[in-house]
Amino acid sequence: MRVPVSWLRDFTPIDLPTNELVDVCNSLGLVVEGVEQIGGGFDGVVVGHVLDVRPHPNADRVRLSTVDIGTGEPQQIACGAANLAVGQHVPVATLGTTLPGGMTIERRKLRGEWSNGMICSEDELGMAPDRAEGIMVLPEETEIGKPFAEVMGIEQDVVLDLEIETNRPDAMCIAGIARDIAATLGLPFHIPDPMVEENGPRVGDLASLRIERPDLCPRFTLRVLQDVRVGPSPDFIARRLTLAGMRPINNVVDASNYVMLELGLPSHPYDRSRVARSQLGVRGARAGETIVTLDDQTRPVPQGACAIIDGNDAIIGLAGVMGGASSDITESTSEVLIEIAQFDPYSINYTSRVLALRTDASARFERRIDRDGHLRAQNRLVELLRLSSPDLRCAEGTLDEQADEPWPSSREQLTVRTTRVNEILGTTFSPEAICDYLEPMGFVTSIHTEGEIAVTVPSFRPDCEREIDVIEEIARMHGYERIARRVPTSPFAARLTPHQQLRRRVRHRLVGQGFTEAWTTSLLGPDDVEKVGITDPVIELANPVTREESLLRNTMLPGMLRAVSYNTARQQLDLSFFEVGRVFFPPETERVVGDGGTAPRAYPYTEVGAIDLHGDHAGTRPSDEFEHLAMCQTGGDVDAQSIVRSWRELTEGLRLVRRLDLVPVSRPGFHPSRCAEVRDGAVALGVIGEVDPAVCAAFHINQRVAYLEVDLRVLLAHVDVVPQMSPITKYPSAEFDLAFLVPNAVRADEVEATLRDALKTNLEEVTLFDVYRDERSSSEVRSLAYRLKVSSLAGTLSDAEMAEIRTRAIEAVTTAHGASLRG
Amino acid sequence: MDETVELTDDDIAGIIADIHAARTLDELADRERRYTGKDSHVTAMQRAIGSLPPDQRKNAGARVNALRSQLTDAFSTRREVLARHERSAQLEAERMDLTEIVGSVRSGHAHVVAQTREQLEDVFLGMGFTIAEGPELEDDWHNFEALNFPPGHPARSSWDTFHVALGDEQSTLMRTHTSPVQVRVMESRRPPIYSVMPGQCYRRETPDARHLAVFNQIEGLVIDRNITFGDLAGCIDTFTQAYFGEGIVSRLRPAFFPFTEPSAEFEVTCIFCTGDGCRTCSHTGWIELGGCGMVDPNVLNASGIDPEEYSGFAFGFGIERCAQLKHGLSDARILLDNDIRFLRQF
Repeated sequence: MRVPVSWLRDFTPIDLPTNELVDVCNSLGLVVEGVEQIGGGFDGVVVGHVLDVRPHPNADRVRLSTVDIGTGEPQQIACGAANLAVGQHVPVATLGTTLPGGMTIERRKLRGEWSNGMICSEDELGMAPDRAEGIMVLPEETEIGKPFAEVMGIEQDVVLDLEIETNRPDAMCIAGIARDIAATLGLPFHIPDPMVEENGPRVGDLASLRIERPDLCPRFTLRVLQDVRVGPSPDFIARRLTLAGMRPINNVVDASNYVMLELGLPSHPYDRSRVARSQLGVRGARAGETIVTLDDQTRPVPQGACAIIDGNDAIIGLAGVMGGASSDITESTSEVLIEIAQFDPYSINYTSRVLALRTDASARFERRIDRDGHLRAQNRLVELLRLSSPDLRCAEGTLDEQADEPWPSSREQLTVRTTRVNEILGTTFSPEAICDYLEPMGFVTSIHTEGEIAVTVPSFRPDCEREIDVIEEIARMHGYERIARRVPTSPFAARLTPHQQLRRRVRHRLVGQGFTEAWTTSLLGPDDVEKVGITDPVIELANPVTREESLLRNTMLPGMLRAVSYNTARQQLDLSFFEVGRVFFPPETERVVGDGGTAPRAYPYTEVGAIDLHGDHAGTRPSDEFEHLAMCQTGGDVDAQSIVRSWRELTEGLRLVRRLDLVPVSRPGFHPSRCAEVRDGAVALGVIGEVDPAVCAAFHINQRVAYLEVDLRVLLAHVDVVPQMSPITKYPSAEFDLAFLVPNAVRADEVEATLRDALKTNLEEVTLFDVYRDERSSSEVRSLAYRLKVSSLAGTLSDAEMAEIRTRAIEAVTTAHGASLRG
Repeated sequence: MDETVELTDDDIAGIIADIHAARTLDELADRERRYTGKDSHVTAMQRAIGSLPPDQRKNAGARVNALRSQLTDAFSTRREVLARHERSAQLEAERMDLTEIVGSVRSGHAHVVAQTREQLEDVFLGMGFTIAEGPELEDDWHNFEALNFPPGHPARSSWDTFHVALGDEQSTLMRTHTSPVQVRVMESRRPPIYSVMPGQCYRRETPDARHLAVFNQIEGLVIDRNITFGDLAGCIDTFTQAYFGEGIVSRLRPAFFPFTEPSAEFEVTCIFCTGDGCRTCSHTGWIELGGCGMVDPNVLNASGIDPEEYSGFAFGFGIERCAQLKHGLSDARILLDNDIRFLRQF
């Protein structure tokens, strides 16, 4: 809200330097977002009379002038303007002046000639940048040497741009802000209650009301004015409206706006002759109704919205939001109905939200307006209008229809306990001190026994409904900064949860493995889904901003590919990324497991809690939100095996309770013959492999990308958090190598598993150290060479024992996999 | 050589000098053979002692032995010197430029936002706060209603919400703040509660230098007996100093949030100018960081906590904002680009 300080002074004698006033406003929670100096920047600019103009001896474009600036000593000033002529009266920035643009005028030499000031254009004075053609020429009668600001009738002022919080309906107007400032500074505050001469017929003879929905409109007041002369507003009204950011329109509309800004009560003027039967009413809008609003837009009226109707039941206004064009004030208007009403804030919020139409009025009604301010506002409006239309006749009386139930239903009287105030604030206020804070803000207090204070809440503070709301007001007036600070002591030895610890371990391990953490957005577009070929169902946003960010990811693959693509496009080709983040599935969907088969997901992310899909508290369901880990590598010789190596390194370091299987599958988005599912028996944790080159190409990546994505929570459930020691032998280990010819269909890790199984505790390590494929023949087998490190708890292995172990290993692999020992 | 002839002192000195003149272990071995081997003069002298008259044997034997040990000492001294030289020559030959590292060395890096989150978590762990998490896809109850935002409340419109096409209309949404986790914590645990809740949030807005549509917040919640506004202010002071460093203080000014009463915005000393005023802080010396306040009794009631028995405070602020301030990131949008040249800097 833009607040001219001069306007505040109508209500309280504020006399603070601007910076101190800004501090006061901030400390009151009236946050100053901007300070504008009005009419400043003209200090040192005076009226000059051009006595002589002559060419500059050393410059073509610049001329020299002699200007009388009222000091009795004409000055030589250089000037480049073509319209400069002898006899002109012009604004002159004298030496030392700082112009609104920030330029400071100094005595300077221009090609050998002194210039003692500057003749200004309108542009240079910060006025009307559009018509800046040459210097500004003032009327001939203008007094020489007079300050320019005075000549132009510019009054200095300061406009504060305040951000008013939604719980401060009282501060949505100049008077309310003045009240707050006066209360905290201990200044007197006065808000006039104007009396209006009622010199017209009885109001009931001129207009009537029909409030069908008192629940939407608990109070409706109406004044009727006749013989109104519509025309421009007095200067001070137009100027203040302009400073406050509103455009002056005509004296009737301006008076209405002025009162809204000053007192916080929106009003609406109707041309009585254009309102059927001179009747105003309120009802809920029916389906399919429309209105042409003041801004000449045809708008649908949301069904059920609070609507203003005329005597023919036609909608002529969106109550509390915007009036209709059919009854607006025109130059020919002479009879005016002035509505000052009160509307249900939720209903106003609804209308304004559905139509995406926020107005100065709706912002105030949403916050709830002063319950008792209607009559004062009416009278003020008439008073202001009479300044420009002195002959208007004001009908006798006011139509004032109020609902039986006073509304809003805030308790007018609250009990505030001194002990409670001090318990919440950590203060030691006496009941008297509390009252001293509340009274200047308009609260009426009386102290009862045991420090209980009966507080009557003023009508303009509908936000103060509870004791705690009043406690905030006390704290605000005392000053938040003056409340003594204390550091609370937690009784807990806090630590990360096991999952949080493991997640950090995973992240730190991956960083140690050379992976860099990415952060990709959770919002995808249909293009991403299409490019990657996602087949799992995707949750849509109901109100996306852009198509590119309209879906919730159920995989991090598109985000990772975008990250890779961003970098490869910039010649950053060697990349290892990882990310931990959430993915989302519609409830009760089944994730694809294996080749086309499905299984319900075994590990819903229960730790994050359940969500309620129907808003009725009747039942919640576990969230279908999961925490995934994605790893991604590209560049150089990277292929699917690279990411498996990194995955092995990670899981080895995490110490899983069981080895996880990598079962070949084909998955949309992945290289059909280089992809596996990460599995623990029947449970799928995720997928690993190479991204389909076609998918990479769709993301403009022309190198191989290896990728892994697993459910982090399921993975971490496999971590042996507190490993128990197994005995190690006192005796030396021995090594031997075995090379097998293994059918291509058998995976190397199956052979490895067989070896582990066969040698059990004798086996310390098994390492695949060579793979050989005979490239010349289309062989069905390849050679896998393993190095085995073995030992025994019982003693050093003898030659006979070594031979036995070797035989056991060979037999197991040949029997299980149809492999043969390589010669 | 006549083995009976005794060597003069000069002869002995000559031999010793010759021993020390050996330049290699091989040369030394030659001399050892020559001067103390079985064909050497010393050996011959020893052998000749037997043929001397008994009264002379003793003296002659002592002299020869003394001579032999004198030579042996000379050899071993020289051998040590030569061995030392040889070893250092050999090691010198192995000299290596330790910086001839072929190929690029690439370490991984945690994302600067994740690092910031971790640092903040550690500050709060040190203050005895546990860390709680909740879903990003939330329901209306936790994100709004339980936090004292009834439907149609004007404050809802300042939270630009992404609704989700799931369940009843407007029943589900992407959480607009981490505050719903407060509700979840209060629903699942009895006081005392000392927790922080970091996580990703969503706002339906067009990203700019200071705001992202997807961003991270950290929220704090304390519920205990006798918790006051003074505790809130002290707590904020403590963690801002712990995170930003000594000399950084905080101040509170009134604000409005539906879920706290009294509510405040908190600002910290501008870390760029330490309060003197600069462009970053618009010459105020302060930087706005987040919101806070005493938990509204309605919120406590909604979670089944008696506001007359317990009181508490909550605060929340942006993790990216902290990272921006601390690491001089002028435009937050770079955080989601994942440019490796940016990520590597942290």
